[in-house]
Amino acid sequence: MNARPATVRVAGGQGFWGDWLEAPYRQVTGGPVDYLMMDYLAEVTMSILQKQKSRDPQRGYATDFITQMERILPTIVERGIKVTANAGGVNPKACATAVAQVARKLGLAGKVRIGIVTGDDLLGRLDGLLARGHELKNLDTGRSLHDIRDKVLSANAYLGAAPVVEALHRGAQVVITGRVTDTGLTLGPLMHAFGWAADAWDRIAAGTVAGHIIECGAQCSGGNCLNDWKTIPDLANVGYPIVEASADGTFDLIKHPRTGGRIDVAGVTEQLVYEMGDPREYITPDGVADFTSIRLKQAGKDRVRVSGVRGKPATDKLKVSVAYFYGYKAVGTLVYAWPDALAKAKAADRVLRERLKNLGLTFDAIHTEFVGATATHGQLALEAVDVADIPEVQLRVGVRARDEAPVDRFTREIAPLILNGPPSVTGFAGGRPKPEEIVAYWPALLDKQMVQPVVEVVEV
Amino acid sequence: MKKRLVELAHARSGDKGDTANVGLIAKRAKDYPLLVKQVTAARVARHFKGMINGPVERFELPNLHALNFLLHGALDGGGTISLKTDAQGKVFSTALLRMAIEVKR
Repeated sequence: MNARPATVRVAGGQGFWGDWLEAPYRQVTGGPVDYLMMDYLAEVTMSILQKQKSRDPQRGYATDFITQMERILPTIVERGIKVTANAGGVNPKACATAVAQVARKLGLAGKVRIGIVTGDDLLGRLDGLLARGHELKNLDTGRSLHDIRDKVLSANAYLGAAPVVEALHRGAQVVITGRVTDTGLTLGPLMHAFGWAADAWDRIAAGTVAGHIIECGAQCSGGNCLNDWKTIPDLANVGYPIVEASADGTFDLIKHPRTGGRIDVAGVTEQLVYEMGDPREYITPDGVADFTSIRLKQAGKDRVRVSGVRGKPATDKLKVSVAYFYGYKAVGTLVYAWPDALAKAKAADRVLRERLKNLGLTFDAIHTEFVGATATHGQLALEAVDVADIPEVQLRVGVRARDEAPVDRFTREIAPLILNGPPSVTGFAGGRPKPEEIVAYWPALLDKQMVQPVVEVVEV
Repeated sequence: MKKRLVELAHARSGDKGDTANVGLIAKRAKDYPLLVKQVTAARVARHFKGMINGPVERFELPNLHALNFLLHGALDGGGTISLKTDAQGKVFSTALLRMAIEVKR
């Protein structure tokens, strides 16, 4: 057994599928790191990937990951950096095959082992689970999955760090997973490197907090940071975050030298509260972290120390994310100019709604916003504003229905308003809006014992 | 005298389904008790009247000088269902910072 390291560096490389393409390369070349973790899976992503896989059995994973690996594989092989990524989506094996092809193309055959984590995909098991009394009730509404069973597009359990640890233990340099939690991709490397036990709850919680902080990429290192945002330096060259952890579970958040952005207590605090529920119970498959125990301290320039994290035992459930076909929606926009921009936009909205009503169209929802006035802050935004003097307002109307027909008809009612509605209107260059399929998300819980992660390690 | 929260605090928000969360963080630790006392769940619910359909929950994080608010029914169904510009509740944070509270001169 190798000696345990004093510190381990896990770099955050992608906060979502679509994040900065430059970040992973910069993370592995900008200074020393041991692991690169990349989070690709939002809730809606899984259903998109499932749809791709149903058309082509070789698809269903985050294709950007392959491009990224092509760019960084030579460096990570040379430096011994390991990668954890949930880029496998609903087809981790196809993703691994694509990475292996790239590795061979780069002349790295025999030099890369790929770990593949599956077992999260429940789509083929749903009827069996329902028949055995696992109702997969919607956590928000309490409804049974039976209600939407015929509309289900994908169903995945959130796996934790354990299979990532196993893959690393078996020598994988690149670990490709399906629906592993964002935090598990950071916690897994730390458990592996330090030999943390699965029931060392405080350390599990610390690794989970580390994962939570870096899972959104630069959102903890100066990106989207409200506190003193004007003084955050050089966002064009923003440094993505790195966790520098010690075996006792304390860790520092840092970034590579000569990068932009900022790592300070205020910014890290903003990321800690992002998407937070009950802070005393941040539940993952690996354990329960208590965010009220976290201590933060500025330990140097662009270095925040995180300590004191307390954890509790894991629950006996796993979260399951089901995606299902819901219906259709469309959004149309027009821009109204001064004078009385808001009044004109409101008048146009009234005209539009009356026409929709006269056509006998029915919708689940019609939602109107006045962008530039009340779209994001409601009436709060107009408290100290001379409303008649607002320079321009975008009228933004959205509709939602189970059937496509009324939504399609709606999309033809926007353009006519340019000539037959209120005046001073522009901004229709984008053309008629298109009806869009809605894939909705159904959160549920499932007994942990019903899900068995599968780990495979292949030599390229 | 009254001060807007934007002068005393910063904030970040996100979503969980149809619920938006707002983490409100005191810029200076000494102002945290003011937030605890005055920015109550009931006050926040009144502030967002007409913008959210459900109740407001509040959690305290004295270690971070922060309060976390859950605004239920804030996102027109949330996620992909929502027709809102801010379907993921990203800027409820700054909407809360418009609230004014009483501070000592």
